[in-house]
Amino acid sequence: MELAMQKEKARLLRADIVKMLYHAKSGHPGGSLSMLEMLMAIYYNTAKVDPKNPKWEDRDRIVLSKGHSCPAQYAILADLGFFPREDLWTLRKMHSHLQGHPDSRKTPGIDVNSGSLGQGVSIAGGLAMGAKYLKKDYRVFTIIGDGEMQEGQVWEAAESAAKFKLDNLIVMLDHNGLQIDGSNDEVMPVGDPCAKYAAFGFETFCVDGHDIEAIVEAINAPTHGKPKFICCETVKGKGVSFMENQVGWHGKAPNKEQYEQAMKELGVEVDE
Amino acid sequence: MSESKSLRIAYGEALREQGAKNDKIVVCDADLAHATMTHIFADAYPERFFNFGIAEANMVSAAAGLAHSGLIPFVSTFALFGTGRAYEQIRNSIAYVGANVKIACSHSGLCVGEDGGSHQSIEDIALMRVLSNMTIFVPCDAREVAKATEAAIAIDGPVYLRVARPVCPIYTSEDTPFIPGKANVMREGTDVAIFANGLMIGEALKAADMLAEKGISAAVVNFHTVKPLDEETVLEYAGKVKAIVTAEEHSVIGGLNSAVCEVLAGKSNVKYDRVGVEDRFGQSGTPAELFEEYGLTAENIVNKMLALLK
Repeated sequence: MELAMQKEKARLLRADIVKMLYHAKSGHPGGSLSMLEMLMAIYYNTAKVDPKNPKWEDRDRIVLSKGHSCPAQYAILADLGFFPREDLWTLRKMHSHLQGHPDSRKTPGIDVNSGSLGQGVSIAGGLAMGAKYLKKDYRVFTIIGDGEMQEGQVWEAAESAAKFKLDNLIVMLDHNGLQIDGSNDEVMPVGDPCAKYAAFGFETFCVDGHDIEAIVEAINAPTHGKPKFICCETVKGKGVSFMENQVGWHGKAPNKEQYEQAMKELGVEVDE
Repeated sequence: MSESKSLRIAYGEALREQGAKNDKIVVCDADLAHATMTHIFADAYPERFFNFGIAEANMVSAAAGLAHSGLIPFVSTFALFGTGRAYEQIRNSIAYVGANVKIACSHSGLCVGEDGGSHQSIEDIALMRVLSNMTIFVPCDAREVAKATEAAIAIDGPVYLRVARPVCPIYTSEDTPFIPGKANVMREGTDVAIFANGLMIGEALKAADMLAEKGISAAVVNFHTVKPLDEETVLEYAGKVKAIVTAEEHSVIGGLNSAVCEVLAGKSNVKYDRVGVEDRFGQSGTPAELFEEYGLTAENIVNKMLALLK
């Protein structure tokens, strides 16, 4: 898909995310909307995946370590044809394959269960180690949150990614500055993510997290044998005016009125 | 019973032996390779050994990633840190998905000895038993450790393998079967039964000798698999003996005692008691002193059995 068309695609995917959460009556809009372009940079521009063969051995692995933002990933997987778009409206409902947090056993296209923060990035490291041992050339993408960086395990994973020279691992940070109880700075300051990752031995990049072209460029940049870290500066709740930069929209579904307002802003007709 | 061997050396050697047959086997350790004896594997297959440093949470989750790559990772450290520190990683990264990871921890139980209560894991079986998808092996001697290691590889899913620290006598023979979920009758008996595993097998056999001297025929049954528990054998003995005592080197909460009680409750009126660590932490001492202090002895098994028969 041409980059010019991806802006339009982003608008429609955002509408799908909001609609999913409206129907689910719970979930996490803020972080889903903030990292959408990061996932689009992966799925529409760089990653090798095959919707007809989700378990394809040589596919790139995509691990959403900040698993609560899975609505964005589900919307993209549906758009790519991993499963029917109608399934999106079953999110978080009994017997749906779209669980509240990613479940690789249920959802085609989900590589790893995640949601318990800090674990996904370690699992991604293990996948990257497995690829090296098995002499496979697939890459492993993982997206972490800035609140998630407070987990000690994230730094254990960073140490081992550098030690094992995982130049097939790309850690991307959705740096929107907010978490459940407030801003990162109020809850537990995370400092300078790029400086921290550089100190741990990563090749680091900092980009506008809503600029797909810039993210793609960072994904494709050489790392000289090191693991890669891309800090993506994002806006939580991006695309829906009343959700943008609002702590309160971390984990709350829109009501009918808010849903209709969001759809209006996104220029998409409400079809229930 | 003259032959003795270290259980953890048996584990390291079993890894090396299995590793020769299967290049999918990889081993992870957390800076304890010379205590868990995974260095025996590492020396033979350095490219398949990953030392994660003192960072158990990452090691356990990364092992899930290795398993998702199609490999068969063994994760080793001390039982307390493997199952305790990294508990939620085992729960969510491994058990929840049924990832094909083998968690093989040494230095379980009071036999850790002088290091003291901070390092004596008397909770590991309880923690692992409550996890769906988890299989739990508690081998009793070096030979059983080797068989349990091989059996763990044959299972497509998570396994917890408890490897005790000491050198101990070999109680089983080459021909003794090791079938996951099937208890081994080490000695037949008709009056009472002792259900045991791990290091308590030796005490159980001794207790059976002591009971025999008193004219009481005691069966000794080795529940090397705590999960899934061999319920059939539990109920079979409950139906044919007068009393049962379980014996384990673990808290009486959550381990073999609990598992057996869960089977017997509502199904049997057999007289029953237990030997294990009675809801208290360990402390420094020699393993023998600790086993005495905490009642993990043949004498205690015998006394409990005699009290039941009164």
